[in-house]
Amino acid sequence: MATIPVQNTAPHRGEIAAKTGAASAAPDATPELAAFREQTRAWLVDHCPAEMRRPMTSEDDACWGGRNFKFSSSAQQQWLQTMAARGWTVPTWPTAYGGGGLSGEQAKILAQEMRTLQCRSPLQSFGIWMLGPALLKFGSEAQKLEHLPKIARGEIRWCQGYSEPNAGSDLASLATQAEDCGDHFIVNGQKIWTSYADLADWIFCLVRTDSAKKHTGISFVLFDMASRGVSTRPILLISGKSPFCETFFDNVRVDKANLIGQPGAGWDVAKHLLAHEREMIGSIGDRSAARPLGQQAAAAIGLDASGRLADAMLRAQIAEFEADEAAFRLAMERAGDLGRAAQGHPAMSSMLKYYGAELNKRRWELMMAVGGANALEWQSERSRDGATARTWLRTKANSIEGGTSEVQLNIIAKRILELPS
Amino acid sequence: MPLILSDEQTMLRDSARSFLMDQSPVSALRQLRDSADATGFSRSLWQKFAEMGFTGMLVPEPLGGLGLGHVEAGVVMAQIGHQLCASPLLASSLVAVTALRQAGTPAQQQQWLPRLASGQAIATLAVDELAKHRPSGFATSARVDGDGAGDGWVIDGAKTLVLDGHVADLLIVAATLTDGGAGLFLVEPRTAGVQIERTVMVDAHNAARVTLQGVRVGADALLGGPDAGTSTAALSAALDVGRAGAAAELLGLADEVFDRTVQYLKDRRQFGKAIGEFQALQHRAAHLYTELEITRAALLKAQQALDADIRRAGAAVAVAKARAGRTATLAVQEAVQMHGGMGMTDAFEIGFFMKRARVLQELWGDTNFHLDALARRRGY
Repeated sequence: MATIPVQNTAPHRGEIAAKTGAASAAPDATPELAAFREQTRAWLVDHCPAEMRRPMTSEDDACWGGRNFKFSSSAQQQWLQTMAARGWTVPTWPTAYGGGGLSGEQAKILAQEMRTLQCRSPLQSFGIWMLGPALLKFGSEAQKLEHLPKIARGEIRWCQGYSEPNAGSDLASLATQAEDCGDHFIVNGQKIWTSYADLADWIFCLVRTDSAKKHTGISFVLFDMASRGVSTRPILLISGKSPFCETFFDNVRVDKANLIGQPGAGWDVAKHLLAHEREMIGSIGDRSAARPLGQQAAAAIGLDASGRLADAMLRAQIAEFEADEAAFRLAMERAGDLGRAAQGHPAMSSMLKYYGAELNKRRWELMMAVGGANALEWQSERSRDGATARTWLRTKANSIEGGTSEVQLNIIAKRILELPS
Repeated sequence: MPLILSDEQTMLRDSARSFLMDQSPVSALRQLRDSADATGFSRSLWQKFAEMGFTGMLVPEPLGGLGLGHVEAGVVMAQIGHQLCASPLLASSLVAVTALRQAGTPAQQQQWLPRLASGQAIATLAVDELAKHRPSGFATSARVDGDGAGDGWVIDGAKTLVLDGHVADLLIVAATLTDGGAGLFLVEPRTAGVQIERTVMVDAHNAARVTLQGVRVGADALLGGPDAGTSTAALSAALDVGRAGAAAELLGLADEVFDRTVQYLKDRRQFGKAIGEFQALQHRAAHLYTELEITRAALLKAQQALDADIRRAGAAVAVAKARAGRTATLAVQEAVQMHGGMGMTDAFEIGFFMKRARVLQELWGDTNFHLDALARRRGY
């Protein structure tokens, strides 16, 4: 299933190579990059509305774009348009497709400057994070020109049709059928865990074009969610309302122009996309913006006469967590450095996703412990409508979505350790 | 600074690895143990360490060393961990050298550093006194000997876990001064009143208990000179270097047992297949791999932090030592377990790694010590 970040601040997008820990204090590698940094900073100061330089306080502050999107303010809309015009919603995409044409180094500088100036990301988008990279690699020129600029401008909002009730971890066993009817397919079936399907304009979807072959009978198609025969139903989670939906396809017509890659080659497209999704979720383990847990505990629980947290066992658990969190952030940074130096293993993202997800669950278990009785409230203004408890429950999905922890361990065992099957 | 080794550091790692595999594999440790070797390490190997430049890694070039940093020192310590090589390198070339550089006067440094760099002399820190590491409030005390200027000191106390204590040419003793601060005193073992008892430990490496009864030393025995006062910051820096060095050795031995265990999973057959086909073992191996990689990043950061400012690396070093102790403990535990009955035999080498890991955990603060220190730093 496509997933969304747990907290309000969505992670910066881009390859894992563009993600770093704190903004680097080291000088830029070349005078040109240093000049770029200065120009970028000046441009951001000039063009980012003041309102867009305040941290997001709720989901309403996130800009997802799309045909039916209601901007929460004119500043939000302006920021999207300004950044899109410069190609900076997708800084490293080629300019021909609406991107900024920046190098990896330049994109990293842009991300750092935005972080320093506290500029919000102008656009949250599955199109940017997942479909875009897949189109850039597997799409035809016509398909790239048709879809990528609209993604970059935030005009079309996408959702992901992957998992099915009977195809979760074993995604390749998916059964949504696409019957070949010459210049189009007729699609029948059901998807589940489709994030924002009820709000999305278009869907990228894995369908079965050949029932005789498992992995090589899968195709990757795009179609309009407003097409006849498409319906959605939201899913309520243990944490309450969620963006997840069930999505139903009843004889939906899909143009063959919207087949990405060859028929039967959909699994390769899917795998490429899944790796990007994994990186996104892995970065959930890195909550650099959040106030340190130990300090939150000190404020919530108080200190004893010797200035130590007035709950010795909890103190030990928090210290253990904070050491692991610090080390994990460094591991993420190192993975980026290894990637840039072409020394990383492609399956490292599995390792980071696995650890990051488990770390986030630990974090919120501790947050509930720190909150004590106050964290148990579910409905009240005082508890922000049970925000802590809801987030705690939502994190239980981190180790399930985007490939379960067990699947990630399988990948590490097979691809990195080369243990036998 | 990227969290990866530079090309030079990678070359150092590779040459240290092949040198140690050739000169001092695990069988060398077994031999030292079984022959109840009186020295507890190989003098000829130590000579070769000096020729390779290992003993002078952290000594500045003008004083006869290589003037390298803590990443380089860590690279070598990791390979030491891979081969379980017993030597005074950690105690003398890393910790004692740092104490001298941080607290010593130019004359004191000139007197000792060239000899430590060349391996001619071995020095070691005597700091611990209790079962658990506590580097402050030492019971060992130093009072002024006499009542005039130029008087020396009288030291009384007892130290434990003094690495390579029984072969050291110089003990650097942490003692409480009359004003309550902590001074570092240069004490030669043959000084009257010094008693050294070699302790044979679980990991067959060298350590000693040292008692000091009315030990008289000159005024120039206090690191920093007669009016130096407390050397708490210098001691802290030396301990941090030791902790980072121990963490590097811990990760090195953890990597070694992990590699051997993964290979065993591929080789060992039961129930008609390689045991590595069983998912339960695959998952535990994959989990351990993850822990090793997370710790690796933290360790490199600590080494770089020491290079950047040796007195302000405390937090990073605490994370690294805490993680390295826990990760290595998991690695050796899984290694023994996954090797089945074989892992429990003395003939097999895996047990040596478990024993060494336990000692390194305890050196200069175990996981609990450093997690607690981290909490205190962060205000809880």
